[in-house]
Amino acid sequence: MTATITGPTDAVAARRWRLPAALRHGSLVIGGTILLLIVAAALFAPLITWHDPYAQNIVARRVPPIWYGWFWDHPKATWTHPLGTDKLGRDYWTRLVYGARISLLIGTATTIMSGLIGTTLGMAAGYFGRKVDLVVSFLVTTRLAMPVVLVALAVVAKQGSSLVVVILVLGSLLWDRFAVVMRSVTQQARSRDYVTAAQALGCSTPRILIGEILPNVANPLIVIATVEMANAILFEAALSFLGLGVQPPLPSWGLMLAEAKEDIFFSPWMITIPGLGLFALILAINLVGDGLRDASVSRGRA
Amino acid sequence: MTALLEVDDLHVRIPTPAGELHAVRGISLSVRRGETLCIVGESGCGKSLTSLAIMGLLPREARRSAARLAFDGVDLAGGSRRAIAGLRGNRMAMIFQDPMTSLNPAFTIGDQLVETMLAHRKVGRAAAVDRAVHLLERVGIAAAAARLGQYPHQLSGGLRQRVMIAMALMCGPDLIIADEPTTALDVTIQAQILRLLRDLQAELGIAILLITHDLGVVARVADRIGVMYAGEMVEEGAVGAVFERPSHPYTRALLGCIPIPGRTPRRSPLGAIPGIVPSLVGTIQGCAFAGRCTHAHEACAGTIPVRTLGAGHRSRCTLAPDTFEAAARTASLGAIGR
Amino acid sequence: MLSYALRRLIIGVLVMFVVSGITFTLTNAAIDPARAIAGEGATSDDVEAIRKSYGFDRPLAARYVAWLGQALQGDLGSSYRQRRPVVDVIMERLPVTLKLGGLALAFALVLSIPLAIAAALRPNSWIDRIALLFALFGQAMPTFWFALLGIVVFSVNLRWLPASGSGTTAHFILPAIALGYYAAPTLMRLMRAGMIDVLASDYIRTARAKGLSEARVVLKHALRNAVLPVVSVAAVQFGFMLGGSVVIETIFAMQGVGYLAWESISLSDLPVTQAIVLMISLIYIVLTLSADLLNAWLDPRIRIG
Repeated sequence: MTATITGPTDAVAARRWRLPAALRHGSLVIGGTILLLIVAAALFAPLITWHDPYAQNIVARRVPPIWYGWFWDHPKATWTHPLGTDKLGRDYWTRLVYGARISLLIGTATTIMSGLIGTTLGMAAGYFGRKVDLVVSFLVTTRLAMPVVLVALAVVAKQGSSLVVVILVLGSLLWDRFAVVMRSVTQQARSRDYVTAAQALGCSTPRILIGEILPNVANPLIVIATVEMANAILFEAALSFLGLGVQPPLPSWGLMLAEAKEDIFFSPWMITIPGLGLFALILAINLVGDGLRDASVSRGRA
Repeated sequence: MTALLEVDDLHVRIPTPAGELHAVRGISLSVRRGETLCIVGESGCGKSLTSLAIMGLLPREARRSAARLAFDGVDLAGGSRRAIAGLRGNRMAMIFQDPMTSLNPAFTIGDQLVETMLAHRKVGRAAAVDRAVHLLERVGIAAAAARLGQYPHQLSGGLRQRVMIAMALMCGPDLIIADEPTTALDVTIQAQILRLLRDLQAELGIAILLITHDLGVVARVADRIGVMYAGEMVEEGAVGAVFERPSHPYTRALLGCIPIPGRTPRRSPLGAIPGIVPSLVGTIQGCAFAGRCTHAHEACAGTIPVRTLGAGHRSRCTLAPDTFEAAARTASLGAIGR
Repeated sequence: MLSYALRRLIIGVLVMFVVSGITFTLTNAAIDPARAIAGEGATSDDVEAIRKSYGFDRPLAARYVAWLGQALQGDLGSSYRQRRPVVDVIMERLPVTLKLGGLALAFALVLSIPLAIAAALRPNSWIDRIALLFALFGQAMPTFWFALLGIVVFSVNLRWLPASGSGTTAHFILPAIALGYYAAPTLMRLMRAGMIDVLASDYIRTARAKGLSEARVVLKHALRNAVLPVVSVAAVQFGFMLGGSVVIETIFAMQGVGYLAWESISLSDLPVTQAIVLMISLIYIVLTLSADLLNAWLDPRIRIG
């Protein structure tokens, strides 16, 4: 008999090698597009909204979004308030767009602060090793042992919680991942030839750290920054939701969710919309992070 | 009598980003009961993939096809997964190259030995443990009973390879496929392991398909030899015949690379094969070795005939072996003349 | 193994000391205990009187030493609000939180481990894509929003599950899913990556060559090795869940430690707040320590050095 017998995977085998590359590319493109849209909306908020985010309107309270008019002929659902209004009659679309400003501001500021702390500690631990490493490891363990939400709540409770306080608190708590990752990549980088060469040339330690090592560990740093940015935004929303974060009447998405909680039975869209905003933003940041990580991994292999 | 293992026109293809890697290109071989067939070749010639293809252990993305692939009459290519799994580890067993990574670090030696038998035989645990102890002693491991409770990381490389051999023997197989079983070991241990394999074969009548790049190993254990180059079998035959009268230029070059005490003149340069192995992506026109062959001529770009040179001795070359003999004589005369 | 465990234990105790110091400082800076005890209608004279009589006018360090001495004897003070020992107040609430955390972790594991194994067995297949999507969604979904959506769907519309309270096991279903779903993607990714690595290893090829069934190869030989890193991370996740239970318990009005923490922070109940932060830290340290020990014990290369 001469029948040719093939293995089980032949049909898909040829496609298999190309799809992941496309997918990888895709996650960066999709995530980047969503992120850019949200950033643009936040920047140009006054241009794309036609209400004051704080203006209350007693006669137009709990107006449902426009699609209630399309599907259920709800008389109040008009283009005046495309996403409806909250219980104080404030325009939901406007508050959603201005809320993006708060999330982005908190995410960026917190990440810069925690990134500076964590990178400094991690690079010091990875470069100097020995006692510095022990101390930093101890700090990281201690930090991880402290429940972020509780510590943040306790601090924020007294300080009368404002935007700045939330940023400071989260920024001084969310540095652990930066430190852990930067420590290990610095350890790898410091044994490379270019670092040895710089040491041999008598470059000062800060110069080696900033001039030689930092550019070579930039990729993982950016990836961690996306993870922590997403984290910070989620924590801010959670704190605001608990009433101990950003204070009213600022349009934080977490706060919008908290204010909509009591309307959950009759106006479920009120919790759906700000939640979707959060979800889309976090998803976009994560997608960008994943895309960047995969891109740097495959470049490293090539 | 039909052979124990029959392979006819085996192909292995692996898709890669650069195109399809045609790693094994129509290998045919057979192993009879109780004999040792050695497959030799450089790394990357497809010899390991051939052994994995026979066992059905190719990487997921690799594609295998064959006109016939049978073990003792059982079809390995089209047969049910269950039937093939029933043969693996039972009647055909495999020993791998790196004993340091081939044993599971999380389980004891005893557990890994015993489970092979429990998977194939209706025996109690106690009987399987007895068999494991017996075999560990047989492969030369002292204090066998105590070893059963140890983990792989507590054993040296040589001991681990002995454990692998004992594991292969657990169900009393008819065929052992050994893929470079001594390459990762120290030279002294290599010799011990080879002697052990040879003794076991003589004692138990097991057939062995040994994959190696080491012609010294071949000389010590093989009955027959198959020389692979770029995914093809270029020469095969009884080990004596091939060593005495190597017919394919590649085999001759390969044999020229090892010094033979008493025969190779001192300080004479050892043979090296110039050039590099051709890419196995896509098709190769004519003889794959032509680019590195000193005897290449126009006919080498066409279809290459398989010449039968004696009982079971075949070579895949356009030229008759006499041609090389004449050429070699001329060359050596020339060297003397200079 | 023993010296390893001892070293880890010492580090754990040290961490506990530092955490207690930080917690004490932070909470005392955040909450003025004298004002908290005096209540809202108190005059500043009353507050000063209380400050003196309770010894709150002493330096922070002195108060910390005194508090620590009592804490080491198991006395964490009394709740300002409930006028009962803090230990009693917390112990009453702890079972709810532990049950919630345990159920959430169980849900996360049951969801992520099989999905990760299936994805790792066929990388880039449809099941792998589903796992990837599931992970992306889980990581982007704010826990409290997921909980609120759960209430809208299952409590308000379908009326299958209760929206608040912690009386019966049915009360735990939605909160546990909301809390567990956030931890699942991390476990799933880790398990999938580990499983893919292990499945490509030589000893898995050996196991297949022995003719073992595919189920045995995957569930015994591969899983045992791939699950090692997941054990530590699952313990860490459990610790985070206890911290995260604040949000979930508040949403569902569950009578657990998380809700208690939120209450005591809002009501400036200093001793309870301190004790809860400490307790969660302690649980986290014990968890990571035991996870590392379990890991070492599961891995014979560490156990038998």
